[in-house]
Amino acid sequence: MRGTRRPFTALLAVVMALLLQVTVFPHLAWDGVVPDLVLLSVVGAALVTDPRFATLLGFGAGLLLDVAPPADHAAGRWALALMVVGYVVGRFAHDHDSGQSGGRPSYPLMLAAGAGGAFVGISVFALSGLLLRDPAVDLGQLLEVVLAAAVYDVLAAAVVVPATVWLFTREPGARPAQVTPRTPRRTPV
Amino acid sequence: MSLDTRPPRQSPVRQVATARERQEQRGMPSRSLLVALVLACVALMVVDSTSGEESPVAPVRRVAGEVLGPAQAGVATVLAPIVGIPDALRTNADLREALAAAEADNKDKELELLRGPYDENRRDELLGLCRMTDLGYALAPARVIGYGSAQSFSSTVTIDAGSDAGLRPDLTVLNADGLVGRILEVTSHTATVLLIVDAASSVGGRVGDNMENGMVDGRGGLADDAPLDLRLLDNTVVPERGQAVVTWGSEGGAPYVSGVPIGEVSRVYEELRLGTYRAVLEPYVDFTALDLVGVVVPSGGERVIEAGCTVQGGGVS
Repeated sequence: MRGTRRPFTALLAVVMALLLQVTVFPHLAWDGVVPDLVLLSVVGAALVTDPRFATLLGFGAGLLLDVAPPADHAAGRWALALMVVGYVVGRFAHDHDSGQSGGRPSYPLMLAAGAGGAFVGISVFALSGLLLRDPAVDLGQLLEVVLAAAVYDVLAAAVVVPATVWLFTREPGARPAQVTPRTPRRTPV
Repeated sequence: MSLDTRPPRQSPVRQVATARERQEQRGMPSRSLLVALVLACVALMVVDSTSGEESPVAPVRRVAGEVLGPAQAGVATVLAPIVGIPDALRTNADLREALAAAEADNKDKELELLRGPYDENRRDELLGLCRMTDLGYALAPARVIGYGSAQSFSSTVTIDAGSDAGLRPDLTVLNADGLVGRILEVTSHTATVLLIVDAASSVGGRVGDNMENGMVDGRGGLADDAPLDLRLLDNTVVPERGQAVVTWGSEGGAPYVSGVPIGEVSRVYEELRLGTYRAVLEPYVDFTALDLVGVVVPSGGERVIEAGCTVQGGGVS
């Protein structure tokens, strides 16, 4: 998947994840903790695209999460967190299977990426909140919620990450982990 | 055989890409991009969290809300039946239980509805009793629980307060409208009250207008249309219709304290033989509908409405 279709797919995935996250999953919330579907969709995208795209996607998705209706925190916090997630997961995945030929990442890899990405993202978000003193909660409470959310995210990752991966690789003949073509700067002599 | 006239292909020049180019080839974001994004995030956070209400992010939030709000509402509407499935799966026993609970609740509510006017009247009586403490007496509230029968030819009632509430014989009993009577006997939980309409009752009364003293005698009978007589001590003074009569007061406040309204003069008769005037009093109290009464007690007891009580909400303190 390349060209103009990929941003479109990304937008679709992120908006769908956002809508599900704020409308459906509150019914399945566990102590108010809801799985971060947007975060997991960013992780999924990062696994099958290049790190640059994943970073930008994380930034955009986080920005959307920051301004979408239920959000009340300082804008930019989720943007930073998801950007970091996109970069870290993308970079990690890219380094990991750079030798392999393209293809969908293995299922355990998806799970591991989901867990790691969730932990990193939620931690960055919580830390930025601590720095800004945005939610007036103490550290113990914060840690509890972060861990609960990470656990729930791992459960959700089992479904959401493969779904996102499928969404980004569903085009027949698509080469996942394909690099966005860029015009070479250096002309051959 | 044809000759290949095309120019010989240039042998590819071996390119030595720099480290940065290799990074870019592999899709790595450049360092400047990362720095720019991080700075953008930080700037956004700082601007939004420090500027408060007039944050530049607010309009963006509003626009996002305008777009995503309806989408969220739509998704929620579509998913409502699915989310509601667990609620829809109920066993028959569950439903019966819920129905029984609802019916019991409904019965309670209906009962409450029926008791509503009664409760309001009781509240009004309590408020009236509270107003009566303006006279300066502390009152022990009590409820009339029994009427003496007419064939006993005495007008007495039983109230549900007795010696345990600090009551003793010869205390004044009144209600929100005026004087009711005095206590004859007490048991530990009840007391017998002699109404002022009883034939044996005689109350010192005073005409409020001219401070003339007299005696108010009961004629016996609750529903009589002329239950009370007033005889003034001074034979030369003629009572006038409409004059209010209050208690005169006994020594030591027993059996009757002073200043409690009794009734007003409705008719005046001249008794030729005695050369006196007899006035018929219309009592302020409706003796056939007594409910809440107050007994004048020394202040400071338990469950006593003190003088100058205040009414808060529906309660009295």
